[in-house]
Amino acid sequence: MRLEIKDLHVHYGKIEAIKGISIVVNEGEIVTLIGANGAGKTTMLKTISGLRKVSSGQIIFNGEDISKMPAHKRADLGLSQAPEGRGIFPGMSVLENLEMGKYNRKDRKIEMKEDLDKVYHLFPRLLERSKQAGGTLSGGEQQMLAIGRALMARPKVLLLDEPSMGLAPLMIANIFNIITEINKTGVTILLVEQNAQQALQRAHRAYVLEVGHVVKEAKASDLLNDPAVRAAYLGTGAH
Amino acid sequence: MADKKHKFNLRDHAADFWDASPRWRKVSLSFLFIAICYALPFLNNPLINTPGSDFQSVLFYPVGMYVLMAIGLNIVVGKSGLLDLGYVAFFAIGAYTMAILGTKTSLNFWEILPIGMGFAMLAGVLLGTPTLRLRGDYLAIVTLGFGEIVRIVAVNTDAIGGPRGIAGIPTPPDIFNAKFTILDPKPYYWLLLTFTLLMIWVVRRMAARRPGRAWDAIRQDDDVAQLMGVNTLKYKVWAFVLGAAVAGVGGVIYASQILSIVPDQFNLNVSILILACVVFGGIGNVWGVILGAALLAFTPERIRFLSQPRILVFGVALVVMMNLRPDGVLPKKKREHFDPDWHTIEESGEGEIK
Repeated sequence: MRLEIKDLHVHYGKIEAIKGISIVVNEGEIVTLIGANGAGKTTMLKTISGLRKVSSGQIIFNGEDISKMPAHKRADLGLSQAPEGRGIFPGMSVLENLEMGKYNRKDRKIEMKEDLDKVYHLFPRLLERSKQAGGTLSGGEQQMLAIGRALMARPKVLLLDEPSMGLAPLMIANIFNIITEINKTGVTILLVEQNAQQALQRAHRAYVLEVGHVVKEAKASDLLNDPAVRAAYLGTGAH
Repeated sequence: MADKKHKFNLRDHAADFWDASPRWRKVSLSFLFIAICYALPFLNNPLINTPGSDFQSVLFYPVGMYVLMAIGLNIVVGKSGLLDLGYVAFFAIGAYTMAILGTKTSLNFWEILPIGMGFAMLAGVLLGTPTLRLRGDYLAIVTLGFGEIVRIVAVNTDAIGGPRGIAGIPTPPDIFNAKFTILDPKPYYWLLLTFTLLMIWVVRRMAARRPGRAWDAIRQDDDVAQLMGVNTLKYKVWAFVLGAAVAGVGGVIYASQILSIVPDQFNLNVSILILACVVFGGIGNVWGVILGAALLAFTPERIRFLSQPRILVFGVALVVMMNLRPDGVLPKKKREHFDPDWHTIEESGEGEIK
């Protein structure tokens, strides 16, 4: 399941947010997009999942151009997103939120229990709180719920938007451990992060975004040692 | 509504009592409730009588009619979170269908009823498909415009009576001994009540199934609902069309009772008042909405003896109530916990809209 974005342009009104980005996510990889606020990271994910319209360019998923397909159909193809700011349904219980992740799966009756068990195994906290309203969870728990819910759809490619945003350091490490674990079960991951340190440690490859352009593409471990990247995104370059 | 000592919550107690009740108690209580509703016209209680207007007529219009319309609008505003300020348009379409077909053709009430409902639903599709892509304020403005357009078109179309409207609308044929005449509002009330109960049943079933879950998701976060694979436009149009169907039925029944209609009956005030019923009663909770509509429709009639200042008194009462209970008289239960009425999707799959 290869995801390839070719020369993507996206506009907000007259402002061009994505100015010709091409990236590739190969099967089994964790690829991360890092960059400052306004670089276009979240817009990239929203465009891939179909919430933003493509101005020009292609999004090729499993050999098919999906750039014109509505968002709800892309979800059926195995493209699953844990949205920015967690984006859970605050008025639904944890269990109902997880069920929503399977909304369109044809075989959901058979799969439901199996996948709930899988998610509860990854996030035992969610089992404890399964009957509680999503809006009453802590920030970390909401992030777990957003990821768990995305997994309920049995995704081939998982899109994660800033999973570390607003979390305590211990929780960040915890979430990233689980992301690595999920990847090991064969799920391809495209990860958007401001916490470049964690993202680069976990990812195989990375793209650095600046105001709508890709300015650098490399193996994640190389970028971790790149002086320019360290100075700009890791805050440790200037001695 | 003694809500000063918060924490004690009659609503939640009642809901818990209901949830814990065995089946026989639920069934018998439901029957009791329905029986009381049907017997309402025979009540002659000084507390609820309406001096200055006929109580039985008040039960049909405005009380019964507002309750039915509020249930319909609640699907749109309460369940799906779409602010519709032109709801009266669908009511008008139902009423005009009855008036035109009833006076110009030989079709009777029962034949016109599905046609009126169908026209209202068609209008729902035509208005909904392009406009439901809009969100929030924009949708409110477009629907507001639609409501006014329907009224203004009726005023300016001479073929349907223009500003004078249509008179001489036939009454429904008799059912057994129940005669539908201008003199006796009781059969109309029972007819309306029957449709209202039917609608409550339909809406409750929908809400517990996949469409209900989709509406819930759309209301809470439209974007995320799409990410979950919910075809949000389809379900929004469905909510709109169902709401339109309810108003259309209401319009047909209304026109057959009132015998003559004029366009100015279908003005913006009606849309706003129905919306007020929904919000006042407790947005999203069908029982709250029913209670809200009944109270809002009934109170101005009950205090009619105050004549001119009554609308002012009514307005003040509304403002006071919304301060005391901002979530409505009977709000939706705050769900810290999983509601057993909401079966998991596994069980509710068959309610799917194709």
